[in-house]
Amino acid sequence: MTTKARTLYEKIWDAHVVDQRDDGTCLIYIDRHLIHEVTSPQAFEGLRIAGRKVRRPDLTLAVPDHNLPTTPRVDAAGKRVPIADLESAAQLAALEHDAPSFGIKYIDATAREQGIVHVVGPEQGFSLPGATIVCGDSHTACHGGIGALAFGIGTSEVEHVLATQTLLLKQSKTMEVRVEGKLGHGVSPKDVILAIIGKIGASGGTGYVIEYTGSVFRDMSIEGRLTVSNMSIEGGARAGLVAPDDKTFAYLKGRPMAPKGDQWDQAVAYWRSLATDPGATYDKVVVLDAADIAPSLTWGTSPEDVVPITGVVPDPMSFADPSKQVAAQKSLDYMGLTPGQRMQDIEVQHVFVGSCTNSRIEDLRAAAAVAKGRKIAPHIKQALIVPGSGLVKAQAEAEGLDKIFLDAGFEWREPGCSMCLAMNPDKVPSGERCASTSNRNFVGRQGPGARTHLVSPAMAAAAAVTGHLADVRELMA
Amino acid sequence: MKAVSKVEGRAYPFGLKNVDTDVIIPAPYLKTISRIGLGRGAFESVRAQPGNVFDDPEYAGAPIIIAGDNFGCGSSREHAAWALNDMGVEAVIAPSFSDIFSGNAFKNGIVTVVLPQEAIDRLMEVAKTDPINVDLENKVVTTPYQDRFEFEIDDFRRHCLINGLDEVGMTLAKADRITAHEQKLAQSQPWLVPTAV
Repeated sequence: MTTKARTLYEKIWDAHVVDQRDDGTCLIYIDRHLIHEVTSPQAFEGLRIAGRKVRRPDLTLAVPDHNLPTTPRVDAAGKRVPIADLESAAQLAALEHDAPSFGIKYIDATAREQGIVHVVGPEQGFSLPGATIVCGDSHTACHGGIGALAFGIGTSEVEHVLATQTLLLKQSKTMEVRVEGKLGHGVSPKDVILAIIGKIGASGGTGYVIEYTGSVFRDMSIEGRLTVSNMSIEGGARAGLVAPDDKTFAYLKGRPMAPKGDQWDQAVAYWRSLATDPGATYDKVVVLDAADIAPSLTWGTSPEDVVPITGVVPDPMSFADPSKQVAAQKSLDYMGLTPGQRMQDIEVQHVFVGSCTNSRIEDLRAAAAVAKGRKIAPHIKQALIVPGSGLVKAQAEAEGLDKIFLDAGFEWREPGCSMCLAMNPDKVPSGERCASTSNRNFVGRQGPGARTHLVSPAMAAAAAVTGHLADVRELMA
Repeated sequence: MKAVSKVEGRAYPFGLKNVDTDVIIPAPYLKTISRIGLGRGAFESVRAQPGNVFDDPEYAGAPIIIAGDNFGCGSSREHAAWALNDMGVEAVIAPSFSDIFSGNAFKNGIVTVVLPQEAIDRLMEVAKTDPINVDLENKVVTTPYQDRFEFEIDDFRRHCLINGLDEVGMTLAKADRITAHEQKLAQSQPWLVPTAV
């Protein structure tokens, strides 16, 4: 008997079905649950009210990230610096109390292992290929970069997972996004995912799980795959996936929470079996040619508003869809841009390198390579480098990257979500413009009235040293 | 969860596409550890604009929002659903919703109704002057002008909404199956229990 050829997604899904209702709704087992301070307090409150326990605290990991200031967390005397914002302090205190009281491992804000939850998971070997991973954060899609089925959930679902270690879900459709060829000089994984979102649109992936295939992703580092998969949600897909391969295994081997000894070999054999079978089909296929992808960035207030750096601000009337014409005009009004303006002529006052999308060691290296020996432009008000975790920070310092950034005039900060989302002191003031390596250019995302252009780490560094959005290729040797 | 089988009343003719959850409830309001009171931050950036529908007395207290494609995209924050609850919204009608938002809405008793753009265009017109009726039992949206737009909704979700069912309680009733799955996993994928927690 031959079994039906299945995709990577279908194999992971099938392995996690606990129960299936007649209408197709499945009870799916969750292997890993990451929690942070913003989307968990109401879930713990729900458990307490109902008198329920956490079913599998050993499969749950808590780390604070969203609210934390990125300034030093301990003073010269080694004492914790109190958090000035009382609401932030209360939310952080809630996690610090809730997690241990339900038996969940909590990584403290002052620990070396602390960082952005989506950086910490893979870095600790907590996130594994073939596993189902959830977190009350839409960028959980990130962990798909190592071949995990990972997606964001709301707080009611956080409570459901805490109580039952499962979720009620319907199977998604599958979309293959295939990019073949070789990326050009100065073209990074961030440019690849921006180009993909520009092509499929912000809702193109709604209802789908994307699998990224083709030579571009096979050749890409794990850090790059995490960047790509991270932004699947900006194309509407709840999850993205890259098939685990030797690069994935090399990345995970020896990580603190990764399998050891015989179990490691057993795990690798299983993970290899997850690759999409020859002949398996996807519900939708999107193909891009690597040669067509330039260093890219956004001009508007939706991640689908993508142009190459050599491009111009589009005319809203150039869009066929009338509702997009209206949205584009609103975006341009908000962004303070006019149609036809060259992207490279747009001045920025702020630069942010960080976030769960682009704060790993490779991202910092790419930014440092551009910043090295240069100075940020005199009118730049703030240029932040925010490592994704304490371990990334330590690695960067061991490589001397902190010195390169500080010499160039950047600030070198403590790990956290920082300027990605305006929940902590790092914000862009109203009407000012930021070249940002984060994932969302929504209205008000980096602060009320803030104007965001999403770019790669190298492009962010290029904007910092030139003072305007710039083609990084012109700054590279 | 409170049961809901129909939503009837005025509707905000909002209409925008790609309304993200940062627009529905900006991040500074996420610092709460409660589910209530978020209505004060709902649509803050929209409300900063003169003549916006949310501050128009014509629509005060409307239980329905009519929006464009991809409503609720972006962040997974359930605060978006809590904010809508707090401002008295019980249904949103749009051509499409983000997957995470529609799940969050459902878990808070908010009905997400998917209708084609032509129907949205018509409802945007009607909403300016008249109430709209969302009938979840019969899966149809109607207006006082005999408009009748049938919609599809997941049967399980419809069943839970109409009966106000608590999912956690329903799942806990299947604890035996969850335990059986865990026992099977312990044999087939023993590495899934983290080594250093």
